[in-house]
Parts: sequence; C-alpha cells; structure tokens
Amino acid sequence: MPVLEGKELRIVGFLCNWCSYGGADTAGVGRFKQPTDLRIIKVPCSGRIDPLFVVKALMNGADGVLVSGCHPRDCHYAEGNFYARRRLEIMHKFLPILGYEPGRFEYTWVSASEGQRWQQVVTSFTEQIHKLGPAPKILGPEASDTLGLMQAAL
Amino acid sequence: MKIGVFVCHCGSNIEATVDTAAVAAAAREFPGVVFATDTMYTCSEPGQDEIVEAIKEHNLGGVVVASCTPRMHEQTFRRTVERAGLNKYLFEMANIREHVSWIGKDREANTNKSVDLVRMATEKLMRNRALHPKKFTINKRVLVIGGGVAGIQAALDCADGGLEVVLVEKTTTIGGKMAKLDKTFPTVDCSSCILGPRMVDVAQHPNITLYAYAEIEEINGYVGNFEIKVKKKATYVDWKNCTGCGICMDKCPSKKARDTFNEEIGFTKAINIPFPQAIPKKAKIDPEFCTMLKKGKCGVCAKVCPSGCIDYEMKDEFVTEKVGAIVTATGFDLFDWTVYGEYGGGRYPDVITSLQYERMLSASGPTGGHIKRPSDGKEPKNVVFIQCVGSRDKSVGRPYCTGFCCMYTAKQAILTKDHLPLSQSYVFYMDIRATGKLYDEFTRRAMEEYDTNYIRGRVSMIYPKGDKLLVRGADTLMGTQVEVDADLVVLAVGAEASAGASGLAEKLRISYDSYGFYMEGHPKLKPVETNTAGVYLAGACQGPKDIPSSVAQGSAAASKVLGLFSKDQLESDPQVSMVDIKRCIGCGKCIQTCPFGAIKEIDFRGMAKADVIETICQGCGICTSTCPQGAIQLQHATDNQILSEVNALCQF
Repeated sequence: MPVLEGKELRIVGFLCNWCSYGGADTAGVGRFKQPTDLRIIKVPCSGRIDPLFVVKALMNGADGVLVSGCHPRDCHYAEGNFYARRRLEIMHKFLPILGYEPGRFEYTWVSASEGQRWQQVVTSFTEQIHKLGPAPKILGPEASDTLGLMQAAL
Repeated sequence: MKIGVFVCHCGSNIEATVDTAAVAAAAREFPGVVFATDTMYTCSEPGQDEIVEAIKEHNLGGVVVASCTPRMHEQTFRRTVERAGLNKYLFEMANIREHVSWIGKDREANTNKSVDLVRMATEKLMRNRALHPKKFTINKRVLVIGGGVAGIQAALDCADGGLEVVLVEKTTTIGGKMAKLDKTFPTVDCSSCILGPRMVDVAQHPNITLYAYAEIEEINGYVGNFEIKVKKKATYVDWKNCTGCGICMDKCPSKKARDTFNEEIGFTKAINIPFPQAIPKKAKIDPEFCTMLKKGKCGVCAKVCPSGCIDYEMKDEFVTEKVGAIVTATGFDLFDWTVYGEYGGGRYPDVITSLQYERMLSASGPTGGHIKRPSDGKEPKNVVFIQCVGSRDKSVGRPYCTGFCCMYTAKQAILTKDHLPLSQSYVFYMDIRATGKLYDEFTRRAMEEYDTNYIRGRVSMIYPKGDKLLVRGADTLMGTQVEVDADLVVLAVGAEASAGASGLAEKLRISYDSYGFYMEGHPKLKPVETNTAGVYLAGACQGPKDIPSSVAQGSAAASKVLGLFSKDQLESDPQVSMVDIKRCIGCGKCIQTCPFGAIKEIDFRGMAKADVIETICQGCGICTSTCPQGAIQLQHATDNQILSEVNALCQF
C-alpha cells in the first residue's frame, strides 16, 4: 500500500533489538502518541547496520532514514554502537555527494526505558523530513540504468 | 514458501485503531501468502491451535503473526509453529500493537502502516531458513554480586540447591543496609537477630566462597561460561590469620577515620572492624587515615596484633573465577539530601537521615542505643520526621516513590516513644503508603497507640532557634500553617541506584533505566531476569524494595539459576554468523572486530579463512557489516533479509 498521499512520507528506521526497539515498545506501552510515517526494521545491534542500508533505502525511495541504538557504553554487545557511530557519522558527509540532503538521515541513542525520549526523537525527525519534503526520486526512462550505476559504484 | 498470516485483535488493543480484517485481506494479495486471517487473541490456546491447524491444512512453510512486540510473544509463537512441525525460525512477527495501535488513533494510517509491517515480515520470512541450535556444556557455579539481604538469600538458596557459589561484596562485611537497621517493620523485631544467623550461614556454608572487600573488575564470556576477574582490595591485614580479636582497633591512635557503617555519626579508628557481628569479622586499615601508611610512622597495630597479621605492603590482588550464571544484588544508596536548602542543606547537625537515626537506635551503634542530639548529646523531646526527601519530587529528578519510607518512619516513631517515653514525634507526610501485609495496621498503631502526630503537608523551612530547630510547614488537612520546636529532625531519605551501578551494568552488558536501576526482562513476567542470558537480578538494584520483597527476589533469582543449571547442556542460539568459505578472502577484519573472540582463522587448503565458533558467537552481526566481501553473514539477519525488508517498504 502506498504512503498516505499528502499525509505521510516514507521513513525507515533501523533499531537495535536491545535498547531502541525496547524504547519504542516502552513508548507504545506508555501510549505516547507519535506520527505514523516511520516503519521500524529490527536489527540485533546498531553495529550490524551497514551504512549502505541507509543509502539503499534512500535510493529505493525512502524520504528519511533514522538509526537508533544503545547509548555509548550501554551496548548489549559491549562495543557495537561505537562501530555504528564511526560508520554512520560518515553518512552525513557522504549523502550530499549522492544528492541527498544530509538531514534525511539521523542516528541517535535511545535506551529501552526511554519511551518519552523515543516519542521526541520520532516526532522531531518526522517533522524534519516533512520540512524537507519528499526526497528526489530517480525517475524517467534512464532510472533503472542510473540506479544500476549507483549500485555498481557502491 | 507458502505463508500464513495471522492478524491479532488483541481484544480491542489493536482492533480499536487498526482494521485487522483489512490488514488480513491485503496480506492475501502478497506473494507467497496462501492464507490470512484475523483472530481475537492469537496468543490464547484457541488462537495458537488455529495456527497449528492452518499450518497442517494449508501445508504452510512459514508463519507471520501481526500482534504485539516480539519481546512479548516471539518465544510463544515459535513454540507454536514448532508444535506443528515447522522449524521455529520460519516465523516472523509484525509489531502492530506497541509500534502502531498504541501510539496513535488514526485508523486509516494505522491500518496502512500495519499492512506495510506485515509485508515487511513476509518478505523477510521468505528468506528465512531453518536453523538448528548447538549444544554446549555449562559450568554449574554461580556468582552473586552484593552481600546484602537479597544477595545472601540468593547465595544460600543456590548453595542449598547444591551449587558452588562465589559471593563478592564491596565492603569488608556482608549484611548490606539491613545490617545497619536496629529493628524491622511491621514486627519490630531486631534486624541483626534475623540477619545475623543468615550471615553466619554464608560464612559456614561449604558451597560458598566469600570475597569481602572485593569488586568485579572484568566479566568475559556468556551464559554457562562466564569468566570473572575479581579485585580483592588491599586490607593491609592478612585475613587468613586475623582472628577478629579487635586489639588493633582498641590501640590504634588514629581516631578520626570515616565510619561509613555508622553513617558517619562520629568516627572510627584507622584500623577497624565495622561492627561486632561482621562477617567476615576481620580488620581492615583505611589508608586515608593510617599514619603508618601516610607518614611511615606508628606501627602500633603491627606491634599489638597477637597473630602478626598486619602487612603494610599489601597490594590489590586479582583472582579469576569461572561461573555459569550471575545474580546481581547490588542494592541501593541514599539520595544526597543536602540539595534541599529548606532543610538546611547539611548545615544543622541536628538534621539527620533516617539511616543515621537507625544507627543511633541500635544497641551496637555509636551511641549504644541512646538517642542523642549530635550537636550537644542531649536527649531530644520533640522529634520531627519528614517524609519523601528525595522521593516523589520531580524538582530533584526523583519522581518515583521509594516505597518503604512510610513504614520505617512509623517504626522509628514507635521506637522513639519506646526509648524516650516523654518524647513527642511529629511526621510530616504526603500520603501514607502502607500496602504490605500488616503494614497499614502498623502505621495506625504509630498514630493511635504511640501518639505520633501525623501532619499531612510539606515542610517549607527549618531554621535554628536557640538550641532548637524551628520546623515550619503546612497542614493541608486543616488548611493551616504549623510550627514545631524540634530538638531533632529525621529525614526519610529516598533510595537511589547505587553509585557503581552503571559501571557494573556495562561489564554485565545489561541495561538500566534513567535513574540507574537495572532493567528486568519484562516488567511483569520476568522480574528477576535481564535481557542478557544468564544474568539475574535480586533486590533493590532493580528498584527500591523493602526486606521481604528483596528476599523474595533473592530466592526467585536462585530458582532461575537452579532451573538453568538443571540441564547439563544448554542450547546455543543458532542466530549466529556463518562464513561462506568461497567468498572469504581471509582479511581477518571480522576477527579484529568481534567483541567476543568468536571468530578464528583457519587454514583451508593453504589459504587463511575465517571460521565462527558457534557457541561463542552472540549474534551481534558486527562482523557482517565489517566484511568487505559479504562473506560472513549473521543468520536470521543477513544482508538479503534486511534489504528485503527495506525493499518491501520503499518500492510501493
């Protein structure tokens, strides 16, 4: 089903299983109202996230990508979020090269108890994406060639 | 793969804001889906039976349940599909309750989002493979961290169950906060008479190894096979030979050492044994106050010690212990009440904490059980108790209720009257929370039989007036201002997470909430488990608790450990990394990044290749996102699986 025209944009979230996914659950348990745009993909650890997942989501038509993991020094796997931080920090510089505003991607830390913080993160990131509007889509007759070239370059 | 989709109403929890029938109808159009329905309660027995029947009837190869969070019922449904003969990893959940129906009321948007989440789950499921666990042997020893009443209970229960227990305590004696108490509510029986024998049991139990004055330095390994590095801090006394006679303490000329056991009412000696019933009853030198250690002169204790145990050269020592499970019982600390300017911020000696008062009431305490004002040593007449100091107060970041202060204040008011029959106690309170067995009757006794004056209201100011303290507050029931000339003010200071809690959490790889209390596995169904396999919680480290609850949790944690150890082998989680040996170029990056040392280099026909040790791999997937070749893939979260979810979301 397409996103609700005029109401929603396509936002993909990658959340670690131990902290942020739990934080999103806690927000749900607390009935903390959130915008409906975000779809969450659960990963075992933020260190599991290949930065190219972010790029591929945007290339495939996402308007925004949010990554969230455990706070530094609170990783279930001791150091996964340090790897994540180092890898994802580069995305802010890399995305403009591909033609995406850096604001379309954000990474943050939310623990399993921080339901309210999760509500704030989702709300403000969704607002940020709505301000940017829909991401430029690769369309037209050469779209598949272009995507193929981008894919190959990655 | 033939897929079946079950969309749960969860009563009205989901159905109220998601059109589950529409979600099921949309799911029927997805590739691979041959059966989709909506059910009232999928997790109930008829709900689960429906899944089993559908698997058999439609010959399903995989199942998607769209309901609550997988943290709630993933295990439940995995068992269900297993019951129908499917591998339990051919199952996916779409979280349409916590992440959809509970966070907004827009039915159209929620339904649309739920369809997306189900699509994502089916796309992932199509790429799932059957996974099979490996078995590994376990070390049936348990580490208990913290020797308070919860830790003591956990240690004794495990030891009585036949397990070898390693008990590590930070201070020189076990007993924790309970050992500092004079009496306990609601029975007003002596704390050390209840706890003392349990402490002795710990010391004498053949299955318990006690490390007092020790801390956890490092924790490696995983459930069944942890390796713990324990730091035995230098005591400067050879504990093997120390008999606890106390002569050193009598003769020590340095009399100004901090007396933490007595909550710093008065001082102790530089070499000391915290209290007569200490377990182990051994002396320790406080290097901050010992003249010999500071200036190299004195040596009195070494001269008088009949067993020659004093060793000024002693250094910290490290020991390694191997265990299969860990019980954390690190307890709580008291809130630093000096942030309250209205109570004097620590300037008035006659404003003390409830725990200090407890030491004063104790016959083995610094005043020998006599209530004396710290300022002049006189007996007080009017004693004012103030409740909720660092509890239920957002302005100091402690909005939670500590839960047991109402009760101990009632106890202290009763004891005050017992000690000083002519005294009058006043209690400024917000609400009386006395919800345990015989608790409310107890607080009533304090009011009715012991004439304690309970005033519902907060104290706005305490200031000195002559040798007394003027306590000014509100009586919100009478709608008036109240002033009491107090001789002594006792603050019911709230509990907060113990100082080292976050550091230990990092070593244990468990999470804690915003106040520093450890997170339980599930707030209702897993109160003593954590999300880290093999690590359990007991007592106030999980949240403020009174003695009965702490003891109950100690026993609960012990039963969890005994249950875990009832098998000789554990099954490893098969969601581990696997190397495609043809793609691996032997660069070794995965070996460097693995936090668990679970990947080793092997020789394959003369070429270096990576190989995963399945029982050590914890399934974080850091290696998968590191591998430049995509050769090492985390099972159940492969690149293909995650990207299929991305595609399912983005291409529509």
